[in-house]
Amino acid sequence: MNLLTEALSQWNWYLDGWIIVAGILCSVATALLGNFLVLRKMSMLGDAITHAILPGLAAAFFISESRSSLPMFVGAVIAGILTALFTEWIRGFGKVDEGASMGVVFTSLFALGLVMIVQAADHVDLDPGCVLYGAIELTPLDTVLINGWEIPRVVVVLSIVLLINLLFVVCFLKELKLSSFDPALATTTGFNATLIHYALMTLVAITAVASFETVGNILVVAMFVVPPAAAYMLTDRLGRMIVLSVILAIIAAVTGHISAITVPHWFGYGSTSTAGMMAVTAGLLFVLAALFGPRHGILIVFIRRQFLAWKILAEDIIALMYRIEERDPDRKPDARYLREILFSRALPTGLLLRFLTNQGQITGTNGYYRLTETGRDQARQLVRSHRLWEHYLVEHAGMSAETIHRQAERLEHFTDRQLREKLNEDTIETDQDPHGSPIPPEEQTP
Amino acid sequence: MRLFVMVFLLMSLCPFAALCAADSAGAPASQKSITDRSISLPEWKDWKRVFFLEDYNTRIVILGTTLLGMSAGMIGSFALLRKRALMGDALSHATLPGIALAFILATSFGLNGKTLPVLLSGAAISGLLGIASILLIRNLTRLKEDAALGIVLSVFFGAGVALLGIVQQMQTGHAAGLESFIYGKTASMVASDAWLIGSAGLTCMLISICLYKELTLLCFDEGFAHSRGFPVVLLDMILMGLVVVVTIIGLQAVGLILMISLLVIPPAAARFWTEKIFYLSLVATILGALSGMIGSAMSAIFPNLPSGAMIVLVATSMFLVSMIFGVPRGILIRKLRRYQLNRKVDRQHLLRSIYEYLEAHHMLTDDTKHPVPIADLYQMRSWSLAALQNIIQRARQEDLLQTVDGDQVRFTDLGLTEAARIVHEHRLWELYLITYADVASSKVDRDADAIEHVLEPEVISELETLLTQQSSTEILASPHTLQIKPGNSDASVPESGGPDS
Repeated sequence: MNLLTEALSQWNWYLDGWIIVAGILCSVATALLGNFLVLRKMSMLGDAITHAILPGLAAAFFISESRSSLPMFVGAVIAGILTALFTEWIRGFGKVDEGASMGVVFTSLFALGLVMIVQAADHVDLDPGCVLYGAIELTPLDTVLINGWEIPRVVVVLSIVLLINLLFVVCFLKELKLSSFDPALATTTGFNATLIHYALMTLVAITAVASFETVGNILVVAMFVVPPAAAYMLTDRLGRMIVLSVILAIIAAVTGHISAITVPHWFGYGSTSTAGMMAVTAGLLFVLAALFGPRHGILIVFIRRQFLAWKILAEDIIALMYRIEERDPDRKPDARYLREILFSRALPTGLLLRFLTNQGQITGTNGYYRLTETGRDQARQLVRSHRLWEHYLVEHAGMSAETIHRQAERLEHFTDRQLREKLNEDTIETDQDPHGSPIPPEEQTP
Repeated sequence: MRLFVMVFLLMSLCPFAALCAADSAGAPASQKSITDRSISLPEWKDWKRVFFLEDYNTRIVILGTTLLGMSAGMIGSFALLRKRALMGDALSHATLPGIALAFILATSFGLNGKTLPVLLSGAAISGLLGIASILLIRNLTRLKEDAALGIVLSVFFGAGVALLGIVQQMQTGHAAGLESFIYGKTASMVASDAWLIGSAGLTCMLISICLYKELTLLCFDEGFAHSRGFPVVLLDMILMGLVVVVTIIGLQAVGLILMISLLVIPPAAARFWTEKIFYLSLVATILGALSGMIGSAMSAIFPNLPSGAMIVLVATSMFLVSMIFGVPRGILIRKLRRYQLNRKVDRQHLLRSIYEYLEAHHMLTDDTKHPVPIADLYQMRSWSLAALQNIIQRARQEDLLQTVDGDQVRFTDLGLTEAARIVHEHRLWELYLITYADVASSKVDRDADAIEHVLEPEVISELETLLTQQSSTEILASPHTLQIKPGNSDASVPESGGPDS
């Protein structure tokens, strides 16, 4: 905490405030479009376009012979759109796999740009490092005067881009959604999916170019991919995904800047690259979302599976006890005996026996267990499901009596009362399963 | 194959020629201007110096980049078939934090952080971490490959940039050398670098040759490989490990960002020349070697051309040439094949139309070949009159038809035999559709129309034994009524329905 305050003591609301504002604007503008890139499985196109901007910049510089921003901007956007076009062409005409055609296009354009820049480098300072790493720390220094307010130029540019992207997404949400999920259907409903595609590509190029000044060429990709991917882990609905990705992008931008200032301090260094830390925090957010996402989170899925496994084991235990009772009403199995039959491990079996005791389904005396009335009801239903299924599998699915036990063992855990009644209708004429064991009734007749 | 190689050699010289032309045109000396970007034309002794490898430095660089191109081309062809072309991209970015961290750690332990083994091991470790993350994201979440690559690429690179920000503040550190990992410093390659590239590259190639069968199986049918008991995950890891090794040794030569192109472009270009994986990897190896060689040679001859970028551009020009002229998958050859097929289809349509017209008018019974009015043929299919004239013209050149009085056509002997065969095949297929596919007889004509042109002789003979017990010389009767009205030489056929529907 001490270190944190010490680092933040250099906090300057004017400088750091504007840096954070620029970061947020850039992240949000990028993440908005990124949703559709991720959904269209074109996440790497952001990367490709941001690399391929280089020759556009160089060409614009050669033509305009200045480093003023407008020609550079236009040149870069054109190069970005060309990347999307070339990738599509090589994929279509050359029948090359999408990833490979992207790889061919953007590396070639990048190499071309590098050659062009080296030609100019003797005369002018056109630093590729600046393009790659971005200089978000320098944003507050380059200001314009609007209504007497000194506002960093970058902030103005990014606000405009964000506004355009927002308008595009809001106005064409339906079209974007349809053409992302089902381009063929989109075309049949009468609007041009290709047009939407290239509109999206154009905006991606514009956003990438506008952003590379703030977060740097390569880190634009982080904002294109990571927040939407994290949001995709959290929800199944497009609208929510977009909103979540925007929120995550904002969090990544803010915490990114703060950690760029504070984290290196812990190790005795000064602040490091804000752009880099923004990407890293976005990555951390993604890891969290991937682990703890409510429906698809890795951890959640794992826990759910574990609980299911336990539930099945608990059901197997009481069903086994029912069968033992059926054969020999006086026999009380101990944990060891149950384990040997069920091939289960000691720890979960012990825990589940205790759990079942607490639930009042079994009672244990001196390590020997017995079903209670509730437990017996529960177990009877399971055994009933099992034997009904066995009967059904032999009668209607044409399986042989030797192979059905395994199937029925699996199905019994997912059979509710309604399904049992349906199965019962088919087996009304008998009360024995194919192995000759009686099918117990649904309710115990007193 | 030898022919291919020679063609490539010629093609790869094209950029030379183009550049020379551009230079001599743009050379007028406007010396100190800001826009002076002319490349001064090298003199003969420069050419000689490079071509005969007189300089020690040139020798080393060309040798190193050639070896690198070879190994990258070979490994890359497996990666391409595995649809992991951009894996090299993600991995080459993912090495940056490892490089930076290795430098920081080594320096803080008082070692020289800029020695190659330190940086390479750092790069290898974070590259492997990158692979693991990609596989984890792909296998455990519902995100696809592309998103996994994008995430790993950007987050790792971001971490690397942040770490470099720290390196720059270190008193002992001179971060400048690390930059060369990103942009490449081919020109300053020394003998030990070339040896490293050579030995590592050759080892990679050797491994992939030893595992050739397994990797091929992995690329084409992962499930089958698994069912045959091959350790698929291990093989996948080995393949990606090879990509990492090649990427890392390549960082030295062409730089982080351009390394991917050596992994992607030569295999993608080779794909246009072959359908066999053995030739694919062979051609990719050759192309990779050539682009390494020519690119660095050009960079040595012309001042001011960075060798990394030149290698990529040479590879790109080879790719473009392959894409356009490649046999059997290039654009031109496919266009040509399609064109030929279209002509064949047109010719067969014409012959069948004439035959069916004659048949409908009972003009086939005697041996005289009756002329058919072109105006009637025009009614039979939805073809324009100009196109029809064109087709007839070509059929005449092939000696299938003769024109009579300018507006009628007549079979030659050859044409009649050919037409009989086509009609026979058409009807066989119709019969098959009716008998075995339960297609209504009123609909079979259109289906048979589409497929009759591509039936192989074996299929025909099988259809014959399946459908007819008669000898194949006899022409089948049409299984549906031919809707050609007798004597409709004036355009009296109703538009709706059409004769051929």
